[in-house]
Amino acid sequence: MNEHNVIRVEALSKTYDSGFQALKDIDLDIRHGEIFALLGPNGAGKTTLISVICGLVNASSGRVRVAGHDNVVDYRQARRLIGLVPQELTSEAFSTVWDTVSFSRGLFGKPKDPAHIERVLTSLSLWDKRRNRLITLSGGMKRRVLIAKALAHEPEILFLDEPTAGVDVELRRDMWEVVRGLRERGVTIILTTHYIEEAEEMADRIGVIRAGELVLVEEKRELMRKLGRKQLTLQLREPLERLPDSLDASRLTLADDGQALIYTYDARTNGDDDPSGIAELLAELDAAGIHFKDLHTRQSSLEEIFVNLVREAP
Amino acid sequence: MNLESVKTLYVAEMSRSLRTVLQSIISPVISTSLYFVVFGAAIGTRISEVAGVSYGAFIVPGLIMLMLLTQSVSNASFGIFFPRFSGSIYEILSAPVSYFEVVLGFVGAAATKSVILGLIVLGTASLFVPFSIAHPLVMLLFLVLTALTFSLLGFIIGIWADGFEKLQLVPLLVITPLTFLGGTFYSIDMLPPFWQAVTLANPVVYLVSGFRWSFYGMGDVSIWASLGVIGLFLASSLAVVSWIFRSGYRLKP
Repeated sequence: MNEHNVIRVEALSKTYDSGFQALKDIDLDIRHGEIFALLGPNGAGKTTLISVICGLVNASSGRVRVAGHDNVVDYRQARRLIGLVPQELTSEAFSTVWDTVSFSRGLFGKPKDPAHIERVLTSLSLWDKRRNRLITLSGGMKRRVLIAKALAHEPEILFLDEPTAGVDVELRRDMWEVVRGLRERGVTIILTTHYIEEAEEMADRIGVIRAGELVLVEEKRELMRKLGRKQLTLQLREPLERLPDSLDASRLTLADDGQALIYTYDARTNGDDDPSGIAELLAELDAAGIHFKDLHTRQSSLEEIFVNLVREAP
Repeated sequence: MNLESVKTLYVAEMSRSLRTVLQSIISPVISTSLYFVVFGAAIGTRISEVAGVSYGAFIVPGLIMLMLLTQSVSNASFGIFFPRFSGSIYEILSAPVSYFEVVLGFVGAAATKSVILGLIVLGTASLFVPFSIAHPLVMLLFLVLTALTFSLLGFIIGIWADGFEKLQLVPLLVITPLTFLGGTFYSIDMLPPFWQAVTLANPVVYLVSGFRWSFYGMGDVSIWASLGVIGLFLASSLAVVSWIFRSGYRLKP
């Protein structure tokens, strides 16, 4: 095993008793210390994948190793390393924040360490609420408690299943801070999210899962570079009624009542002499007697990339 | 063995009942007291001795057994059903604990509560009727074995149930009738021969009889038969629990 891969998923498939195949032959390596974002539409298999790794769901075939430990045979060693923050807000309604977080630590076999629990609660702004019963907390606070529970046993790998679903913007920013802080301490983080913004902001690598298949795993920057489309918008001096025949209409559109000309190109064609074709376009425009007063370019966001990826027919 | 984890589960389960001390302890004591008032004091005075002891004293072991069975089943079933229902079971399933340790924590706590309750009811009974215990160690052995076995049964029910109705179903439809027909309030000698034979198919008869033997040195069936039945019960409950965990039934899809 490559020691940089803290989790290795090999040929993992899962078919539920209902016959629904949630995972199809997944291979995935998670590197030590990275933030890995798993993106995918609802029902794509994100939660099933996490659940199999964490031991909540039995795999139909394939295997998972966590720091070299098979997660079925050596489940104790494997699970000790993992903290899991589930998607659903679940809790023992009547116990206090302090008790439930301490319970998690003990359940994972670690001796009591009030100082550690205090650090965890403080970092999640839960210290003032430590004596509150969970039932009295807001949804956002309960989410923090679940994170605190997952961190109570000092895991080296943290799974966050939709950590910021239904959480307000401020709290989301707070959580990103917490996650970054954990990464700085060397914790490997795997998160699933619906918020592309979150993956774009946080992740080192991104995996896209669609109908149980891992369709893509890529460095975030590389992904955005390769799949990102760019657009050049030219503000014209004089409006055009229609595109001159001399121009390639497939890559150009008129907008703003003919005031603007939009040129779309692939950022991934970088490397040629004129990869974007911009120089050529400008020369053609000049020849056609079309002049512009301003221009700007923009790159598509991860969200657009993602939507394009999951739209493609399987 | 991951003792820290077992201890954590055990302590959490025990403190859950301390939070609800009223339901957990007071209500079984009250209901048992009512039985004594009705059957022991009101009706019992009109019944002559049964098998050589006063009727009030005769029903003491049966009533403790009745309470022990229902409380063990309901405590243990609720203990494991609630985390399944709320979803917080995910944490236990993802923890580095073996199934045996999970059972030890949950069933151990439920059985402990039942034994404590049994002793409390025993103390309550002594306020109503005078009685003696001929074989205290056997009495304790029965108390512990029964609490353990029926807590295991409760654990199984708590995993099988997919709603609160089912959680109540087995205690209501199986445990309570079997206990009432199990010789709690009568000696099976008092039944016609046909019903005596039928009654012998009721496992609770053996429990009540064995438990009564530990008090008064006599029972409806031999003490060895009683021990055999409770042992068989314990073994089958353990077998079912181990199957549940091996197959992931209702826990792991």
